[in-house]
Amino acid sequence: MVELDLEIRQDTLFVRPEGELDLGVADLLRNALEESLNKNPVRHLVLNLSRVSYIDSSCLGVILGRYKRLAREGGRVSLVGLQPHVRRICELSGLFRIMGEYTTEEEAVARAG
Amino acid sequence: MKVINQLKMEFLSLPANVAFARVAVAAFASQLDFTLNDLEEIKVAVSEAVANAIVHGYENSPTGIVRVLVTLLETGVEIRVEDNGKGIADVKKALEPAYSTDPERMGLGFVFMQSFMDRLHVDSSPARGTRITMIKNINNRGAAAASQGGH
Repeated sequence: MVELDLEIRQDTLFVRPEGELDLGVADLLRNALEESLNKNPVRHLVLNLSRVSYIDSSCLGVILGRYKRLAREGGRVSLVGLQPHVRRICELSGLFRIMGEYTTEEEAVARAG
Repeated sequence: MKVINQLKMEFLSLPANVAFARVAVAAFASQLDFTLNDLEEIKVAVSEAVANAIVHGYENSPTGIVRVLVTLLETGVEIRVEDNGKGIADVKKALEPAYSTDPERMGLGFVFMQSFMDRLHVDSSPARGTRITMIKNINNRGAAAASQGGH
């Protein structure tokens, strides 16, 4: 099971999931993000993955889907606090070519702003 | 090749079983001299193979049966993941990077399996199902270092 912690500040949605992001939680993650994006005037997404110990293609696909949605409107997706194994998966998938990686949420907001 | 140990398991094609399968296989494979990093890679490969069976083979129907066979050999581990789902029409195309029938899945599943395992073989035919066979060798750095250390 995964816990999602969603917060909106100005035009940015912060998501801080905890646990393992795989097929078992992909629908939950997708629905929670979509609901939040539909209800709020969000431009950017900051994904804090510092409490995520595992990720695979199911949830990378969810992240990519939200990137496509936000990028159409000129928004960005930033990744924060990646653990080594998660970073390797993101690297292999080519995610860093389209999303910035930051150490802290503050850095993500400042640098992406 | 001498078989050291073997695990067979079957479970329903439920997304929750992806986590179960990767943890079970990695725990079993840890009987061999794999590094923690190797075990992490095995976990990803198993997850992707099982997710493929559930999402593509059984098209998210929760009533399919996924079978996993794990064989521990002296040289490494062989992992088979089988389903009796709809199969893959063009295996060669499915193995191309970024090929996916679902725009959100990016076709990364097979990319990870290929990257993290030493060998990957996919047998599939439409309406009969898919069998993914993956092998990961034990890295012999430890043995090499020991033999260099003299007698």
